[in-house]
Amino acid sequence: MNIIVLVKQVPDTESLLEVDTANATVNTQNVKWIINPYDEYAIEEALQIKEAKGAGSVTVVAVGPDRSEQALRTALAMGADTAVLVNDAAAEGSDALGIAKVLAGVIKEMPYDLVIAGVRAVDDDGYQVPAAVAEYLELPLVTAVIKQELGEGKITCHQLVEGGSLVVEAPLPMLFTAQKGLNEPRYASLPNIMKAKKKPLEKKRLADIGLDAALVGTGSAKVAISALALPPERKGGKMVTGDTPEALAAELVRLLKEEAEVL
Amino acid sequence: MDFDLNTEQQMIRKEVRRFAEKEIAPVAMELDEKEAFSEALTRKMGEIGLFGMFASEDYDGQAMDYLSYIIAVEEVARVDGSQAATVAAGNSLGIGPLYYYGTEEQKQRYLPPLCRGEKLWGFGLTEPTAGSDAGGSKTTAVRDGDDWIINGSKIFITNAATEMTLGVTVQAVTGTRPSGKPEYTCFIVESGTKGFKAEEMHQKMMWRASNTATLYFDNVRVPKENILGKQGDGFHQMLQTLDGGRLSIAAMGLGGAQGAYELALKYARTREQFGQPISKFQAVAFKLADCATEIECGRNLLYKACAHRDLHRPFEKLSAMAKLYCSELMGRVTNHAIQIHGGYGLMKEYAVERFYRDQKLLDIGEGTSEVQRIVISRHIGC
Repeated sequence: MNIIVLVKQVPDTESLLEVDTANATVNTQNVKWIINPYDEYAIEEALQIKEAKGAGSVTVVAVGPDRSEQALRTALAMGADTAVLVNDAAAEGSDALGIAKVLAGVIKEMPYDLVIAGVRAVDDDGYQVPAAVAEYLELPLVTAVIKQELGEGKITCHQLVEGGSLVVEAPLPMLFTAQKGLNEPRYASLPNIMKAKKKPLEKKRLADIGLDAALVGTGSAKVAISALALPPERKGGKMVTGDTPEALAAELVRLLKEEAEVL
Repeated sequence: MDFDLNTEQQMIRKEVRRFAEKEIAPVAMELDEKEAFSEALTRKMGEIGLFGMFASEDYDGQAMDYLSYIIAVEEVARVDGSQAATVAAGNSLGIGPLYYYGTEEQKQRYLPPLCRGEKLWGFGLTEPTAGSDAGGSKTTAVRDGDDWIINGSKIFITNAATEMTLGVTVQAVTGTRPSGKPEYTCFIVESGTKGFKAEEMHQKMMWRASNTATLYFDNVRVPKENILGKQGDGFHQMLQTLDGGRLSIAAMGLGGAQGAYELALKYARTREQFGQPISKFQAVAFKLADCATEIECGRNLLYKACAHRDLHRPFEKLSAMAKLYCSELMGRVTNHAIQIHGGYGLMKEYAVERFYRDQKLLDIGEGTSEVQRIVISRHIGC
């Protein structure tokens, strides 16, 4: 069983994010980068499937600049066998569809039975890339999977939906996205970090996968971010004062009516 | 000059930090309170590869450079001194001498389970009457045919009295040198050898979840194959082991300082007095600015010492400087951290209280601060 996992490097949610309002982007100079946590569930699930089968390979694929290599190295240290990084300046500024085109371009040249991705990336929360990849590769898609059972040529997925779960069956090859609860991702152990140094990490450009640069990047993006702002700071609470419970209640009602204007 | 860590070193920091925060932090307070060494936690640390970090893959080690090892110790110490002690002693004092001076047979026999973190090993040097003055050692080994008979005792020996302890390396006087000074030789003594007893020490102020033992040798008979390296090499082995060990103690100081500083900063940003977070008061902000500056100094000094070791350059002076500076650094930072926490800092519920206690050993163990100053002053020509 050959499994491909889509990986994205995202800012650590514990980093202090600075917004560059002039350019509608995030200032990433002081950001610490991590693997998108949902992608870790995807990697873990791929590793568990491979280990249960006792054969096959796990390939992790990312699109991004040089620094993304570290996310792939971490995935290799967790146990993935090979990695592919598409690093091309022409792909910078791509929207979700652009990224998906690149990923699909890489994947279609490789043998695979299953593609796994995180349900969402915690940076821009688009939810779109895995679905678009499935579309470009003409694969069945099941999102937000919290449990799966592989059968002969098919897979049964438990999909998290409002108030419960849906059991969905799909033929292989297919793509599913990993939701929190699917598994508990392992640590990259120190010996595996050292071994990951020797594992193959292939770097590709758009030309290597035969993708026209005009189809990706800022120029072809269908979505443009027009403004970016941090959430407004929460104002401090207000203490209601009064000598008796009646006075307190009256004052509270007055404030809700006149100041908060919610009554 | 390049101050960046390489990809593996960055990943090691990240993964060990994640492990320490998830697996060690939640139990650190309870283990400290109960003065309990945790075999389960030690095994978990073994599973992610915290033992045998600088040993080669031939013995199931991780074949990492020394700086990577130091970063790992630093990250464990950032969360808990006791577990960092188990790791640092396990590597520098347990695995180190066997790996660097052991015969191939000894290495094949003992190192794999130690490097996999399934077993621990002690290093018996300090004696009740011989601390900074190693010349006061009274433990002796006398040759009897093909065997040696060891008598004496050792004290404050980390990792030596756990259920998972495989044995100890013990330094003993084996004669007199032509110079009139005692000749020292290190011996391997397996747990369970007749006449050898390891007893856990209790009522410690610090490192309460690490295992500390008194060792007793009562006519312990070992074959001559149990000599570590060669007869008479004991003094040299001890000096070199301590040079490396000092770096791991420095890493504990640096990591502990980093942890206490982060706790203090976090507390200062949320604790309000006089209508604003106390981090806005210069009296508090300057303390934190000093901590951040000194931690940066300590880290640069320690990493430089490790870089010298990794490049096989002399590093004794830098090692002593790093050990001295980082140990005392943690003293200053934990002191500030408690002060910033105010009354809460005196309560066990706040981890800075534990950091404050755990620090004190660092001024004393593996060469006191005074001994480090002697080493440094000799190196600069005093």
